[in-house]
Amino acid sequence: MTIASLIGSPSELTDSASSKTAIVLMTRIRLARNLAGNPFPGWAKPAQRDEILDTCRLAVTATAPMKRSLNITIGELTELEKQILVERHLISRELIGAKSGAGVIVSKDQTISVMLNEEDHLRIQVLRSGFQLKKAWNAINELDSALEEHLDFAFTPALGYLTACPTNLGTAMRASAMMHLPALVISNQMEKVVRAVNQLGMVVRGLFGEGSDASGSIFQISNQTTLGESEEEIIKRLGSVLNSIIEHELNAREKLLEADAGKLFDKIGRAYGILQNSHLLTSSEAMNLLSLIRLGVDLGVFPDANRSVIDRLFIEAQPGHLQHAQKGEFEPGLRDLLRAVRLRSEFANFIRPDFTFTTNGKN
Amino acid sequence: MANPLKCDLCSKPATVHLTQIVNNKVHKVDLCEACAQAKGVTDPSGFSLADLLLKASLNPDPSVAGVRCEQCGFSQNDFKKHGRFGCPACYQAFKGLVEPMLDNMHKGTTHTGKIPSRALERKSLYDRLTKLELDLTEAIKAERYEDAARARDEISQVKQTVAPSPKQLSR
Repeated sequence: MTIASLIGSPSELTDSASSKTAIVLMTRIRLARNLAGNPFPGWAKPAQRDEILDTCRLAVTATAPMKRSLNITIGELTELEKQILVERHLISRELIGAKSGAGVIVSKDQTISVMLNEEDHLRIQVLRSGFQLKKAWNAINELDSALEEHLDFAFTPALGYLTACPTNLGTAMRASAMMHLPALVISNQMEKVVRAVNQLGMVVRGLFGEGSDASGSIFQISNQTTLGESEEEIIKRLGSVLNSIIEHELNAREKLLEADAGKLFDKIGRAYGILQNSHLLTSSEAMNLLSLIRLGVDLGVFPDANRSVIDRLFIEAQPGHLQHAQKGEFEPGLRDLLRAVRLRSEFANFIRPDFTFTTNGKN
Repeated sequence: MANPLKCDLCSKPATVHLTQIVNNKVHKVDLCEACAQAKGVTDPSGFSLADLLLKASLNPDPSVAGVRCEQCGFSQNDFKKHGRFGCPACYQAFKGLVEPMLDNMHKGTTHTGKIPSRALERKSLYDRLTKLELDLTEAIKAERYEDAARARDEISQVKQTVAPSPKQLSR
């Protein structure tokens, strides 16, 4: 598979939104693995990194789910292609900045990606739309066991899988969910939620991981610790934290409607108007407007089928995807113009909001 | 006058004192204002106590500064600089540094999750093979031919178990 055909086909994220994905947009699990007896990527010499890359590529492409995958080194990618892969959550920003010998293997359906010579020799990731921690774990566990047939992983009974950074020791697993939490943001409860989630040993981050902002009211919640608990226990604990966040978000939505439905509908209606008529939109503003439309879908202001349009635009309004669609690289000012053009045309035919049903009996 | 607390990261007087309870364990960090800002402590969405605790536990200790990992040449100072280790063997070489860190960083200090059982089984078979081959050479050298014959038989037995041979890793 080539990078061009991968970019040309829809990702797991953009193509399968349904009412099941209302609050949890996507589930992801990644495992860090290293080859026994080899220096970690950050300390390995270029020749060693190349050798590790070759060994891992051979093993990964031999597994069943990675047949006909995209297998490419970072050096072979253009800046724009790198950015698109980051926006689809298939590679990390750290991998882009990696030294020689870094690569990625992406399955044809874009649900599995294996980064090579990032912080660890292998960073295996499985991505599923919606709230599917268990399915994601089963898939990644199977792939990991298949790799074990060909590779000797660095492991000790006491510390588990050995990783470059001691914060990943043990299971070396990071399970995360991408959540859309607009009502908690509007009602200023996110800070409280973050604090509570931290106390439960989970971390809250923005859309693109560490240090990124939470534009579009999209947050990533993941486990903080990896040693001392089994994979299943971590997943179970994360699952119950996610369920309680979902409950809080639903409560917050109900409260917003009860307290001042007019104010909430005004926000949604204005977002619709801006998306139909604006001529300059930054990435962050577009994300926040799309988030309000998505909330509108969840509340029944727009038909359920339109959720997938929003989820696709969440990705396609990102700078890399936008420039790819316009076939060129543009400076940020021009991008805002192009983004507005794109969203105007998408929303020209978008069904009009219908606020009548929810207000029945409430006002 | 009492000594003011020092920042865990840069030793300036600490003005931000953070206490977080994770899994019934109390974690305390003292920071100066600049470090607190830089680490995003004031921004609840981008703050990871684990990373901070990791760096805070890296106070220089001159007595072990010279220790290097035999396998990859990594030193404790390198770890202080990068926050990452050089190779898997570093965990054995810097055991004294790692162990106290884990208690603060993780829920427990012992792995209870998945075990790469097939790989470990393979490794133990290879270890056994290496030992038997050594026995065989020694037995032949010492002209203990009965022992040599037994070792040879066992070797062919083990070899049958591991076939088809998996790809051996470099080094």
